[in-house]
Amino acid sequence: MKVFNKKNILTLVIIVVFYAVVQTLISIGIINSYYEITIATICINIILAVSLNLVTGFTGQFSLGHAGFMSIGAYVGAIINMEMNSTGGFLIGVIGGAVAAAVVGVIIGIPTLRLKGDYLAIATLGMAEIIRVIFLNMEITNGAAGLNGIPRYTNWLWMYVFTVITIILINNFIKSSPGRACISIREDEIAAEAMGINTTKYKVMAFALGAFFAGIAGALYASYFYFLKPNIFGFQKSIDILVIVVFGGMGSITGSVVAAVLLAIITAFLQQYSELRMIIYALLLVVIMLFRPQGLFGTKEITDLFKFKKKNERIE
Amino acid sequence: MDQFLQQIVNGVSLGSIYALIALGYTMVYGIIKLINFAHGDVYMVCAYIGFAVTTYTSLGFIPALIISMAASAVLGMGIEKIAYKPLRNSSRIAVLITAIGISLLLEYVMMYFVGAEVRSYPKLLTEKIFNFGNIIINLQQIYIVVTAIALMVLLQFIVIKTKVGKAMRAVSADKDAAQLMGIKVDSTISITFAIGSALAGAGGVLVGIYYNSIDPLMGMMPGLKAFVAAVFGGIGSIPGAMIGGLSIGIMETLVSGYGNSMYRDAAVFAFLIIILILKPSGLLGKSTKEKV
Repeated sequence: MKVFNKKNILTLVIIVVFYAVVQTLISIGIINSYYEITIATICINIILAVSLNLVTGFTGQFSLGHAGFMSIGAYVGAIINMEMNSTGGFLIGVIGGAVAAAVVGVIIGIPTLRLKGDYLAIATLGMAEIIRVIFLNMEITNGAAGLNGIPRYTNWLWMYVFTVITIILINNFIKSSPGRACISIREDEIAAEAMGINTTKYKVMAFALGAFFAGIAGALYASYFYFLKPNIFGFQKSIDILVIVVFGGMGSITGSVVAAVLLAIITAFLQQYSELRMIIYALLLVVIMLFRPQGLFGTKEITDLFKFKKKNERIE
Repeated sequence: MDQFLQQIVNGVSLGSIYALIALGYTMVYGIIKLINFAHGDVYMVCAYIGFAVTTYTSLGFIPALIISMAASAVLGMGIEKIAYKPLRNSSRIAVLITAIGISLLLEYVMMYFVGAEVRSYPKLLTEKIFNFGNIIINLQQIYIVVTAIALMVLLQFIVIKTKVGKAMRAVSADKDAAQLMGIKVDSTISITFAIGSALAGAGGVLVGIYYNSIDPLMGMMPGLKAFVAAVFGGIGSIPGAMIGGLSIGIMETLVSGYGNSMYRDAAVFAFLIIILILKPSGLLGKSTKEKV
């Protein structure tokens, strides 16, 4: 298969054009700094949601500890970046944070991924809590007071680049042979094992990959918001990420992207009703689950919808 | 040695509160396989109801406890009817997200009405301290443990001896078969939620007395820890939840007493992970063989 086929070039053009449009809007000033924060949040949430979707949606391993990996990426990234105050340092920080998160992901994944369903969920939740408490008590992270004054090298360009890379890599992973193995584990673990798939290996692989990208998101977060403290990465954060994944549809990458955008817009809109914000958010969550438990897209992608239309046209 | 025994005493009183909450988790999980994240918040709401009852009327400890338990039973049943029943046949994760939604809803609705500040609980029980050698036991701790044990005995009686309890056990063993035998599955689940929530309500009032303070977000951590207790004892097993609750309580006070109290929560979760890896079915849980 050629790399430069029509479809890939079209995707590339869309990616570049979208970047250019938003960049122009930022330079003209139509997108002011308030919206810029929303955009940064959207990018970070997309990375988090897509990576969690790989673990929960595609591999079927229910994780409630994604914020833990995010915090590892954030702290490692921030500390490296504070030591090496340059764009290069920022990039090393992002990669370092991601690698650290992936390593922890492997260490934690090997024992806990033997568990299934709710037990795994609780174990990952516990793991994230342990990570948070450790950061709370470490000297280098400045404990509960948090790290302040992290240099900001993130801008729209870096946010966008990392988001696009995450989406493309995870999308390609799912379409690769290991990715198929992961999906087969979701569908039926015993059957997958019977077909000769090393389920532990692929589960840990998906988990580590998810942790890697969560680490990237964390490092970006640290760089964008200058400030870190352990309580940002509590249980609530993991839930927020899971909500995006479930809302978009488990097993749908475009679903996660759309859900991340929609939820960020809803949150930004609700900001003015600060007292009622969480109530409305919670109500929304319950109502969505009651009326559309499979999420917006289910396991379908946006591109599937276009394919469906084409088929109909042919029938006509 | 004295300090150790003192920590054990404190641990038992804290643990019996955890056990009461854990019972609700274990019953609900046993019957519909749902980690009811809203359970911790039912307990929080009831702590507030107990607070309101004792502050605005001059009722004593026992009436306040009964009123809170009744209110939480109604609340639990309501939550089940509105949020979980329509999702009986959808995926487990959808129900779990709904449970989390309900949990957030209870927390923030409560925060909206009563404010986020911490309130101090009225003194319901007279301060009285008993000295046994160097070990101090106060009257509150005795009340807490006695109330908890009484409620657990009552629960054990309901589950083992009554018809309702039999129905509950049947539904948790096999829902479809139970239905075929003429058991009303829906109302049995409702009753399970009512009983479980009532126990959490009792826990809420007791914790208010024990810690002397309540706030709208107090349900999260004890809720999770109570779930850890339920998993430790073996989910679905009532004596297991009691043992689990007591162990977690004792462990927590020992870690705070001897080590660093900052690591208290981490210790509980580390303990959970070790338990899950070594014996996933818990101490008294039944291990189920997977069939293809």
